[in-house]
Amino acid sequence: MRAEAAGHASRLALVLLLAPALVWLLGLIVLPHVDLAILSLRTRVAPRVYEWSFDKYRTFIDEPLYWHTFVRTALMSILATACTLLIAFPAAWYIAKIARGRARSTLFILCLIPFWVSETVRTLGWMILLRESGVVPALLVRFGFAATPPELLYHDATILVGLVYTSVLFMVVPLTNALESLDDSLIEAAYDLGGNAWSILRQIVLPHAAPGIAAGSIVVFMLTLGNYLTPTLLGGKNSLWFTEQIYTQFITRFNWEQGAAFGFLLLVLSTAIVWLGLTLTGQRFGDVMRRS
Amino acid sequence: MQQDLEVDGVTKRFGAHVAVDKLSFAVAHGSFFSILGPSGCGKTTLLRMIAGFIAPDAGDVRIGGKSMRDVLPNRRPVNMVFQHLALFPMMSVGENVGYGLARRGVAAATIRERVATMLKRVGLPGAEGKRIDQLSGGQKQRVAIARSLVLEPTLLLLDEPLGALDLKLREHMKIELKQLQADFGTTFVYITHDQSEALVLSDHVAVMSNGRFEQVGTPQELYYAPRTPFVAGFVGANNRLEGSATRIDGDMVELRSKHGLTVRAKRTGAINAGDTVAAFVRPEIVSLARDAGELADGMQVLRGRVHSLLFDGANSAVLVDERSTNAQFHIALPQTGRFADLRAGEDIAFGFDPERAVCFGTSADAR
Repeated sequence: MRAEAAGHASRLALVLLLAPALVWLLGLIVLPHVDLAILSLRTRVAPRVYEWSFDKYRTFIDEPLYWHTFVRTALMSILATACTLLIAFPAAWYIAKIARGRARSTLFILCLIPFWVSETVRTLGWMILLRESGVVPALLVRFGFAATPPELLYHDATILVGLVYTSVLFMVVPLTNALESLDDSLIEAAYDLGGNAWSILRQIVLPHAAPGIAAGSIVVFMLTLGNYLTPTLLGGKNSLWFTEQIYTQFITRFNWEQGAAFGFLLLVLSTAIVWLGLTLTGQRFGDVMRRS
Repeated sequence: MQQDLEVDGVTKRFGAHVAVDKLSFAVAHGSFFSILGPSGCGKTTLLRMIAGFIAPDAGDVRIGGKSMRDVLPNRRPVNMVFQHLALFPMMSVGENVGYGLARRGVAAATIRERVATMLKRVGLPGAEGKRIDQLSGGQKQRVAIARSLVLEPTLLLLDEPLGALDLKLREHMKIELKQLQADFGTTFVYITHDQSEALVLSDHVAVMSNGRFEQVGTPQELYYAPRTPFVAGFVGANNRLEGSATRIDGDMVELRSKHGLTVRAKRTGAINAGDTVAAFVRPEIVSLARDAGELADGMQVLRGRVHSLLFDGANSAVLVDERSTNAQFHIALPQTGRFADLRAGEDIAFGFDPERAVCFGTSADAR
């Protein structure tokens, strides 16, 4: 009897401990998505009269602007993820393998510091630097690289810069962890057996760091794909970011059904790309999340 | 005889600390050479300089007669077995062993063939497809050695490869290592802090302390004829007695300790009357007797009380406190079982042949 009571008590404790997470999952993720799914499958035939249909999804295919934006967002996000990886890898290598003691924690904090400022302010900071009357164009003119101040905002490259800047920390942290766990003597052994920098990177370091790379890439890719502020502010009207389309449908057009359909398409797209990336590099999602 | 490794006046400093101090030695082709020393004596630094991971501040390393100055580790005819073996966990056993050959651009078919031959020679035929984590400690050891030897290096460096193994396996791998070295005939340079490994495995042992070699010799020379107090104290067990030389009689020194114990021992190096000296008496040269009359003539006879018994099978010993000065002696028990009934607190006589005890002057350099 007592053992049974204790069993009930521990189960109750478990449920109570999990309750906030369950409420959060159910209330903020599952329920709204169910509602969005229902919304996206309705179409209005008359005021206050709705019918089930795939119309909203059909609009997406029929209207080139939508799926162009969609493909563009995906490609830009992949590109931003790749750039972030290229920039973060040497930084993570330095933090994990070369820096010692205080230097290491200082470098980590340096990566973190930009996050003490809100994303809006950070992005506005980029605008102050890059706009036509801003700091960088003025310097370019001053040192004779340009005759008149160039407009550096509203280019794809500018969006990329902003996205990479926002994402670097999320790549550096898992990469540093992955590289820290790599035994230095493996690198020395490979070198001793005749390996060179490139072959060691390819055959020893990258296979070891693969779960960290995958985890960082997934996080960065998701953040980038779902980013709204950076592409909108730095890319202006040219940004053509898919989240912007969703925003427009919901807020400007008040077309919730279309917005919901776009939201679902974005979810499917991101899942498909992550799955494809993991499959191409021969990894499993569970492994990646466990090892990084 | 051809020298596979010549180290010539090599020095390495880390800041003010001299890790390796103007060291010179040579290792003959096909021999098993050990560098024995306590941690921090500079042996790892020395090994890493031979492998090429650290550049010496002064001096030169020659391997197979060629100077290795400015030759990178991946271009040296030297391979290393790391302390924790450093097998590549992301590769199979076959890929590990074939790694070096692949890096040299050997054809895939040849690699397969040589890997198979090598695995057979180390007693792991057909293990190519196994993952590293499927191997036992001893098998990993063999793969690590195979991975290096398949490249046919002039010299194989081993950095305490048995350190991480448990005692039983370590004893077993000691024998296996010695057999592997004899089979392959490759020159091995082995570093360790474990004197038993060094004595069992090596043709020659260098005892290292504070960046210098104290003595280089065969295991027997180090054990029976240590040339410095450090070697006498570090290699094998020893009873150390300190005091001053009261009388010199040819090769024999009479030592009187602070507490008044007087013993005689054989002189090593120059000693004058009045010098501070240290005498070393091996546990196994001391004989025990319940009756002092049983001890042989010419023995230095002392009396004492059994402090404690240290039973360890064939290595059993007893700690005896000398009666007048309380100086403690570590004495090996005879394996005949004659003193199996010895108990703590018992009074006993013991003695040793002074010719077999060694005495060093310690005033010149306080080591």
